[in-house]
Amino acid sequence: MRGSAARYPLVLTAIWLVALIVAVDAHAEIEFAAWELSGRVSLEGRYFPKTGIDPRHQSSHTTGIVVEPKLYVEDLEGRSATVVPFFRYDSADSVRTHWDLREAYVLLYGELGEGEWEVRLGADRVFWGVAESQHLVDIVNQIDFLEHPNGEVKLGQPMVHVTWTSDWGTLEFFGLPYHRPRIYPGRGGRLRFAGLVDSDRVEYQSGAEEWHPDFAARYSHSFGPLDVGVSVFDGTSREAALVCAPPTCDPTRSSAAPPIFIPYYAQIRQFGLDAQLTLDAWLFKFEAMHRSGERNLLGREREYVAAVVQGGGFDDIVGLYREEEYVAAVVGGEYTFYSVFGSTADVGLLAEWNYDERGRLALPRRQPMTLDNDFFVGARLSFNDVQSTEITAAFLTDASRATRNLGVEFDRRLFDQWSLHAEANMILSIDPLDVQYVGRRDGFFEFHLEYNF
Amino acid sequence: MRTIHAYPVRSALALLAPCLVLLSWLGMPSLAHSATPEEIGLKIATDASDKDDGFGNFTARQVMVLRNKQGQESRRQLRIKVLEVADDGDKSLTVFDEPRDVKGTALLTHAHKQEADDQWLYLPALKRVKRISSSNRSGSFMGSEFAYEDLSPPEVEKFTYRYLRDEPCGDLTCTVTERLPVDKKASGYSRQVVWRDKDELRIWKVEYYDRKDAHLKTLTIGKYKQFLDKYWRAGEMNMVNHLTGKSTVLSWADYQFRTKLKDRDFSKTGLKRAR
Repeated sequence: MRGSAARYPLVLTAIWLVALIVAVDAHAEIEFAAWELSGRVSLEGRYFPKTGIDPRHQSSHTTGIVVEPKLYVEDLEGRSATVVPFFRYDSADSVRTHWDLREAYVLLYGELGEGEWEVRLGADRVFWGVAESQHLVDIVNQIDFLEHPNGEVKLGQPMVHVTWTSDWGTLEFFGLPYHRPRIYPGRGGRLRFAGLVDSDRVEYQSGAEEWHPDFAARYSHSFGPLDVGVSVFDGTSREAALVCAPPTCDPTRSSAAPPIFIPYYAQIRQFGLDAQLTLDAWLFKFEAMHRSGERNLLGREREYVAAVVQGGGFDDIVGLYREEEYVAAVVGGEYTFYSVFGSTADVGLLAEWNYDERGRLALPRRQPMTLDNDFFVGARLSFNDVQSTEITAAFLTDASRATRNLGVEFDRRLFDQWSLHAEANMILSIDPLDVQYVGRRDGFFEFHLEYNF
Repeated sequence: MRTIHAYPVRSALALLAPCLVLLSWLGMPSLAHSATPEEIGLKIATDASDKDDGFGNFTARQVMVLRNKQGQESRRQLRIKVLEVADDGDKSLTVFDEPRDVKGTALLTHAHKQEADDQWLYLPALKRVKRISSSNRSGSFMGSEFAYEDLSPPEVEKFTYRYLRDEPCGDLTCTVTERLPVDKKASGYSRQVVWRDKDELRIWKVEYYDRKDAHLKTLTIGKYKQFLDKYWRAGEMNMVNHLTGKSTVLSWADYQFRTKLKDRDFSKTGLKRAR
């Protein structure tokens, strides 16, 4: 098994189960107003038409199963507890066989003057933002990179989440006492570097390491057709600088063993803004953020090689990384044609432009690609039939480089509890100078057969 | 002194009120004679809307059974919470229980009398709240024969009316009124014909005519129950599409009025709590 990073859910699960048993036992006489068990079981397969960069260990296909139940209990006062464990088995990559506590929190709320307060205590998932091609301002949760490279799936984040809602809007505070490092695919997994990322050795800028207390806050409100949110995050970055340092990773020497990178998490501060204007069938979207404190080696390759040759250790190499400060934005919109050609189907068209001030020195954030000057166009065809059939297509092109991706998804309910999902993620072309060039052979097809209960 | 003084004033008003009612009732026949079909139609709609004023809030469960031409069935199950808003459209929160793949998905609507409604959709898998366009009023609700506009409470201001005739409907007598959307682009229908009984102003039947004025759908409503000795709510709504032969039966159950629901339960934060 892997180290501390992997052990976290186990510790939290144990704490939660004990707390829950104690709570239920102490209130054995209390009648729960409602309780419910729901969830999904999904049989999944992935097929990579091209051989991977490490054909000795990587395979062209993988199958697996996902189990994600949800337990919800509520008492007569409306207080509730939610537990959502997650488990995946993967046939090709032992690291991708993983589990997590997606959610395990208690929710309390009540009146506060004219408005209300709400507290969520425990592990939860939080979503901020409006854009589709990337979730720029969204930062509270670490992503579950093993699940899908689209960055939509998140790891549960332990938090104290306090919300105060009133006529003037919604104010939220997040206390985040524990950092979840990103877990990267293992040796048998696709969608990885030529090397591997060491999940046992995770380095932090802060001496408190993963226990550094991070904070976030957000104000949001709706002004007629305009929904606005401003946010701030201060703490441990959710994106690691992947450090290649001897002896496990030596770019000056060729070795039979794959290089092993060490993830390094810096302390960052991020200010975010997200807004959506909804006018008839139009949605206009805007997200922008300013981030400082992130580490970047791009542009300092010469100094890096010199340091390695001189036998510099991990600390010397990390010292070479630039501490950067930059602005990124995404702007776009969505228009939907309803009941096209007299049918019941809707067609939605989407377009967004992604910008990163760093340009060619930009690094990937939540997806394994840089979005420095990239156009996204998409189409969504909803049949509005009994099976809720839906087809979406998304095309992403780098305006300053020859990198183009196309994704197509298909969703359809088969019976009341069974549904089907299929997708194709195709890399149409890739610029050799692109950071994501290592993933050039990792276009894939994916299928899910899902049972919902 | 003041309180003693106020008492006779109030009682005088109380005495006067029935007289005013009587006067208006006596005046009614002459008004009816001179009133145009448009005025009568508007009055029926306004009276029906006024009759439902003051319900406060309610919750209910809905089961939809969708049937295609071959008789194959598919089920939808929802919970709905409605909050009455003074001088504006109602606020409502709909949570989906079935089909299970969309379980926990919730729709928050702030309806307005004049401008477009505000709508937010909560997607539980991503824990994302999405502001959505409310202009899709003519689209199908979850693949059923009900369009979104068939399910939203019909605000009086959104139609013009024309009274057609009286005719018997079951044991009752109904007024038959035609209503036309004010904003023609916002509706999939050119007109609707509505049957309301004269006693309680409950709707028993609606015929929907599409933009080419073809008879598209017929809705029959029944199993009415009265709540709080005042408010009538339907138990069953049956929508038949004459063009496709498909139908949807919407059953309502577990109506509860004047619950603990508050305005804050109909906020974006409240939407995220829906489950």
